[in-house]
Amino acid sequence: MNMNDVVFLILGFITLLGAVGVVSCTNIVHAALSLVMSFLGVAGLYFQLQAEFLGLVQIMVYAGAISVLIIFAIMLVMDRNPDETNTSHQVNRWWGGLVAVLFAAIMGLAIRGSHFTEQAGSADADRVGQIAELVLGNYVIAFEVAAILLLVAVVGAIILAKGAKEQ
Amino acid sequence: MIGFYQYLLLATMLFAVGIYGVLSKRNAVAVLMSIELMLNSVNLNFIAINRYLVTDQAVGQLFALIVIVVAAAEVAVGLALIISIFRQRKSVNLNDFNLLKW
Repeated sequence: MNMNDVVFLILGFITLLGAVGVVSCTNIVHAALSLVMSFLGVAGLYFQLQAEFLGLVQIMVYAGAISVLIIFAIMLVMDRNPDETNTSHQVNRWWGGLVAVLFAAIMGLAIRGSHFTEQAGSADADRVGQIAELVLGNYVIAFEVAAILLLVAVVGAIILAKGAKEQ
Repeated sequence: MIGFYQYLLLATMLFAVGIYGVLSKRNAVAVLMSIELMLNSVNLNFIAINRYLVTDQAVGQLFALIVIVVAAAEVAVGLALIISIFRQRKSVNLNDFNLLKW
């Protein structure tokens, strides 16, 4: 076992622990904080996979912005005792567990049976430069559409939350 | 020892936890958080494939970036919807959101 394996195991454990915390905490504020932990674990895995830019974006956008937004929304819609805000449905929890376990088992078997030819990646490739060339080159339409999507989402979120005035 | 398959298995487990959350939770915000977990596992797959299978270009990272943008937009609109529904129904329980059910 070398260093990379140990780092992967620790980060994977943090990620899964956070994810399980999201679905098992009965207080939804604790669930949101577990979500932040899971996001940070995933960001560490991105760094481990030599995707430094994506790791930083993950920390800024997910662990920073999205989690703050979620916690704000939780504070605005808290309507009962905080300790029972994140309860599971009495019947659906069993169906959900069954579907999740079946999905994991089938996908695990499929992954185990499949074969991929791995390439040896170069560790010192200029990933950020490559992303920049792709974003402003072949994929510039997707980039522009993403920008418009964000604008529409911001306007739509404001109108939905604030309410538009009837003319 | 740790390679591509371990990353795929980790992403699968993350996705399964997200599926469980989406199907079993009653709070609408918790369902949104579970969707975020699923999107994260997809991103993890994209980046692992970019690292181990298609290493000459950074297309996988670009896809993950666009997924993050879409997820941010989805969370903003979803939370605005939840706040808007909470004003009318005084609840975030998904069982109370049955306006379109007959």
